[in-house]
Amino acid sequence: MHALTRHIHPGWLIIAPLFLLVVTLYLGPILNILWLSFTDPEPGLGNYAKLGQEGAQLRIVWTTVRICIITTIFSVVLGYSIAYAMVHAHRQQKSYMLTLLLVSFWISILVRTFAWLMLLGRKGLVNVTLEDIGLIAEPITFMRNELGVLIGMVHYMIPYAVLPLLVSMQSIDQRVMNASRNLGASGTQTFWRIYLPLTTPGLVAATLLVFILSLGFYVTPAVLGGGKVLMVAEYISVQLLVTLKWGTAAMLAAIMLMGVLAMLWIMSRFMKLSTVFGGATR
Amino acid sequence: MADPTQIGSLQIRNVSKFFGSFQAVNDISLDIQNGEFLTLLGPSGSGKTTLLMMVAGFLDISRGDIALDGASIATVPAEKRNFGMVFQGYALFPHMSVRDNVGYALSVRKRPAREIRARVDEMLELVQLQDFADRKPGQLSGGQQQRVALARALCFAPPVLLLDEPLGALDKKLRVEVQEQLKDIHRRVGTTFIYVTHDQEEALSMSDRIVIMRDGAIEQVGTPKELYERPVNRFTASFLGKSNFIEHAGKAFALRPEKIDLHPGNSHADARLRGTIRSMTYFGSMQRIIVAADNNTEIEVDIDVWRNPSNLAEGARVDLLWEDTAAVELQSG
Repeated sequence: MHALTRHIHPGWLIIAPLFLLVVTLYLGPILNILWLSFTDPEPGLGNYAKLGQEGAQLRIVWTTVRICIITTIFSVVLGYSIAYAMVHAHRQQKSYMLTLLLVSFWISILVRTFAWLMLLGRKGLVNVTLEDIGLIAEPITFMRNELGVLIGMVHYMIPYAVLPLLVSMQSIDQRVMNASRNLGASGTQTFWRIYLPLTTPGLVAATLLVFILSLGFYVTPAVLGGGKVLMVAEYISVQLLVTLKWGTAAMLAAIMLMGVLAMLWIMSRFMKLSTVFGGATR
Repeated sequence: MADPTQIGSLQIRNVSKFFGSFQAVNDISLDIQNGEFLTLLGPSGSGKTTLLMMVAGFLDISRGDIALDGASIATVPAEKRNFGMVFQGYALFPHMSVRDNVGYALSVRKRPAREIRARVDEMLELVQLQDFADRKPGQLSGGQQQRVALARALCFAPPVLLLDEPLGALDKKLRVEVQEQLKDIHRRVGTTFIYVTHDQEEALSMSDRIVIMRDGAIEQVGTPKELYERPVNRFTASFLGKSNFIEHAGKAFALRPEKIDLHPGNSHADARLRGTIRSMTYFGSMQRIIVAADNNTEIEVDIDVWRNPSNLAEGARVDLLWEDTAAVELQSG
């Protein structure tokens, strides 16, 4: 024991149980999936080779990435506006806004998706209203297409975009904005040259969070896409439960994981990720 | 750009500021000459920062008017007033280099890059930060950041420079050093400086004139010497320097501690008061002696250490003497 502690800092012994827990519960299964993707149904790169050969699988990956990018753009832009409004609202209104945001944040994704089902159907509230006021003659097809999926996903993702942005905006010193005005900058100049750069860490955090969470979306595409919009998560589930091609499922999961890690790595080349995820900014 | 020595006089006319029912500034009128170093001095809550913010354009004026060289600026937005400002805590742009911070005002005015570069170099030289142009504010010391803020505020040659407790974050020794630099820079650029502080030493050492404020109103305006030698009331006398207050024939007088002489024993014919030394505190260049006078008041006396007669000690009987001109009659208040 003494010989051991001489080489290993005693601090490690204290965190050892947690460390083991993380290894067995996180790293283990992830390695298992990686392993599966190379070994099932037969050892080799077969599963990965198929991704390149089969247009269907590639198309699903591409659909997923495209939907996630669009979702991220809309969520972050809308989230930025909402966070901005919240930071600059009066205290009372701000707390109302935060409550509304958190309520929608806490409602189950299934409930929210079905709510959109009610609203967006051919005889749903949105189409009926638009027809009644004469804006459209024929109902708009909101569902069983990408539009419906995007509406559902953006709506779900907005709180995830708002929260990191809110933190970032709240930490801005109002005097810095005043300094910019005092030096003769217009509101627009102050926004582009001072406000936006200072909220960039929040913007990057929101973007990463929304994009990564979007990649794994399952319920919303399944319900609002109505089988017409197939995203990776749903496809993986089909491979696991219906066609029992675990190797293919594992391969797609591994690709997603690698994609996310690669993205984080690229980001880390440009900025300190610790500042993005709430670390010290100064 | 206009020559800053020709413009920069400010007229403040009956200005008031209400926050709800609270009156932060109460009917202030003040004429500030161009090129003047004017200090607004007062305790926190005296309205000095509120007044400065109204001059800068960050707060609306509830009543009254503020004019620059005779022309009202009350409705001119802050970004159009062209006043330089050094903020409390400096408010530097943390994501920009020192060079970009200093050049910001010219850059948003879309001046040519060459002109900006030359002017920034000139400003950095003025505050002696030539070697730090490419650093970020976070990599500078407090004193250096303060100088960047000053250079940034002066870069577009504003007619008026507003300074909101710019030395508050610095330690005492550095503060004295920066005071010298500020005074020097004021002399060289000739811009009107309006300086807000609660530190009476800063106010005394730098200002051409001091405005002493309390509860949103002006108590007294004058040169440092006038204010120190002729305080009009108890508040001014005690806020600017130390003062003893003496009642005589129903009138109140202020008496500065260093204008009193101590004479050991109780034999001096001209003694105005007699008492016993309660305590003596040594400050190096002088010592502060508190005398319990026989009329049941406490009198503070500052005397040079080298003049201290050896027989002054705690518990000793002393005579207190002062010139007729040393005691200043006060108005009530």
